[in-house]
Amino acid sequence: MSEAILFRNARLFDPASGRDEAGALLAIDGKIAAIGARLEAPADARIIDCRGKCLAPGLVDMRVQLREPGAEHMENMVSASHAAAAGGVTTMVALPNTDPPIDELALVDFVARRARAIGIVNIHTYAAVTKGLGGRELTEMGLLAEAGALGFTDATRAVADPLVMRRALSYARTFDLLLVQHPEEPSLAAGGAATEGEMATRLGLPGITPVAEVMMIERDLRLVEITGARYHAAHVSTAAAIDAIRGAKARRLPVTCDTAPPYFSLNETAIGDYRTFAKLSPPLRSEADRQAVVAGLADGTIDAIASDHAPHDQESKRLPFTSAAAGIVGLETLLPLSLALYHNGHLPLLKVLRALSCAPADILRLPGGRLATGAPADLVIFDLDRPWRIEEERLRSKSKNTPFDKRPVQGGAVMTVVGGRVVFEGGG
Amino acid sequence: MTLGPPSSAFRHRHLLGIEGFSPEEITLLLDTAEGHVEPNRQADKKRSLMRGRTIINLFFENSTRTRTSFELAGKRLGADVINMSVSGSSIKKGETMIDTAMTLNAMHPDVLVVRHHESGAVQLLSEKVDCAVINAGDGSHEHPTQALLDALTIRRRKGRLQGLVVAICGDILHSRVARSNIHLLSIMGARVRVVAPRTLLPAEIERLGVEVFHDMRQGLKDADIVMMLRLQTERMHGSFVPSTREYFHFFGLDYEKLAAAKPDALIMHPGPMNRGVEIDSEVADDIDRSVIRQQVEMGVAVRMACLELLARDLGNGPPLP
Repeated sequence: MSEAILFRNARLFDPASGRDEAGALLAIDGKIAAIGARLEAPADARIIDCRGKCLAPGLVDMRVQLREPGAEHMENMVSASHAAAAGGVTTMVALPNTDPPIDELALVDFVARRARAIGIVNIHTYAAVTKGLGGRELTEMGLLAEAGALGFTDATRAVADPLVMRRALSYARTFDLLLVQHPEEPSLAAGGAATEGEMATRLGLPGITPVAEVMMIERDLRLVEITGARYHAAHVSTAAAIDAIRGAKARRLPVTCDTAPPYFSLNETAIGDYRTFAKLSPPLRSEADRQAVVAGLADGTIDAIASDHAPHDQESKRLPFTSAAAGIVGLETLLPLSLALYHNGHLPLLKVLRALSCAPADILRLPGGRLATGAPADLVIFDLDRPWRIEEERLRSKSKNTPFDKRPVQGGAVMTVVGGRVVFEGGG
Repeated sequence: MTLGPPSSAFRHRHLLGIEGFSPEEITLLLDTAEGHVEPNRQADKKRSLMRGRTIINLFFENSTRTRTSFELAGKRLGADVINMSVSGSSIKKGETMIDTAMTLNAMHPDVLVVRHHESGAVQLLSEKVDCAVINAGDGSHEHPTQALLDALTIRRRKGRLQGLVVAICGDILHSRVARSNIHLLSIMGARVRVVAPRTLLPAEIERLGVEVFHDMRQGLKDADIVMMLRLQTERMHGSFVPSTREYFHFFGLDYEKLAAAKPDALIMHPGPMNRGVEIDSEVADDIDRSVIRQQVEMGVAVRMACLELLARDLGNGPPLP
């Protein structure tokens, strides 16, 4: 059955081509059929008047914890899909730290099957680098990739052992696979709950030296140099780590990285009063590091922005700070928090959108993330300017752990389209 | 210094830490405690300031001294005091700290005295209950009554806190006593030094307004007060100092190192002491210099003052918002 939608009267933004102009977009059968200043709608087409709002590629969120299987009381693929759709996210990539962890073919199949059955947004998954995320034995990376795993990561754990990491990279190179590292030297981070410094000292919290991040990245870069594998550092948060990656890119190593909104929106003072909702891994950093993250996004050293969506229930967060779980929900706040980079004058809008769509799509070798004829019609229509407040009780995610409750933001999704189908309509 | 009427000068629902207190508030606490010192030495120690009130000592971490001190303080004020040690019981059954607090809250205590092995735990608990909460030590964060009793001990011997040079020595990293003392002494105008090997100092400790030393003789030079801390091996993951022998050699207090301090410098220790680790036995027992036993005595008076001042504002009306 042919299905056509014409989006007219839109401000089109395509970070892949640099397009920024008024126009229309025609989607037929789930793909972008035409883009232009003025388009004729086929007779049976649904026509959506965008009223001058922005139309851009849907967000590709390359770091999401879905909690399914194993912790469905915190989140499942359905609730996360609704949250994603409401946040303008059309593709999310799940971390394998489920219970059981995604380290076998059957589990990759499970995610794919569930994703098809739910059919709201595109759901892909990484698979574990090591069996059981144990850091020792490699998973069947080749077979897992054939089954659909987009890349390999031990999720919120670093692959710590240098020999294991070397073999993982070397083996990944054989099949041209992507390795995603949680860059934190675990022995330096053990027992830590906050970034080492005045804040942790005042609160009496065990500190983690910020050096734990750059140390792991620099080690990995050496291994990338001798293996040539594609390496991606997740949620970079320190100036030193960003400098290391900047240097690696200058040496043309196959290296990319992302960051998450809390690392450019907040600094370590957010944990004052022991706010466990601001407990993250890696922990929130100094103001100087926050500014370095903004600068890294501005100069392109940081390729992508991911939500690092980590749902946790009340029981995991209403604990003394060191015992509380780390991480925040992010699918629904990814776009507005990222748009602040534009509103504050730090990044041009196309650059923000690139980090949210085309850059992660390219890293993951997904077809989306662009407004191009033949590309999937995964789209977000957003209001760039509307002021509103994030409210935790209105989040669609099953878990409400956000440090951004009551935060005033500007801009957000008003319609989300996946494969030419409207999956969210609201706000605006 | 002029003060308003005492009841209006202490406007805290809880006593969670020293950080953020004003000099007037600390002075009020110390003055109130001073008033309890003499009566505590009499045969009849019982007063009725808290008659009919219920105090629960809720200890998630083992303690004998502090718990006994709070228990005596409550009983001498005429309150009913219950001790609960939770380290071994319900927590192991999966009940959370909040659950325990809510359960006790339903029994309408007036004051909860709480010790917990994690920083911030007492504050978290205080947000969930209707009664007043006193922090009897949370992780490496604060131990406010210890700092107050130290201050009272010093003030009684030196007549003041302002301008004194106080050297806090040893395991600053894990010490809530050190943090509370740094805040209190700085607020009251003393000059605070910390002396420790670099592995036992938290990052950017100088931002709390202290001078940092890594050598005992330099750190103790012309000090009025030498405050030793216990080496907290139970809080240590891994090796912070190579051996107690080496630690004592460089950082243990003996007469030779003490010679750098003023001749009338006082020696303090929050207890329990590791003799031969951070303090030489002879120095600890030196009747002219060591005020370690007076500290314990002042502990009861200070805790009475804290209970009394918090209880003053506990009406019989509905719980505070």
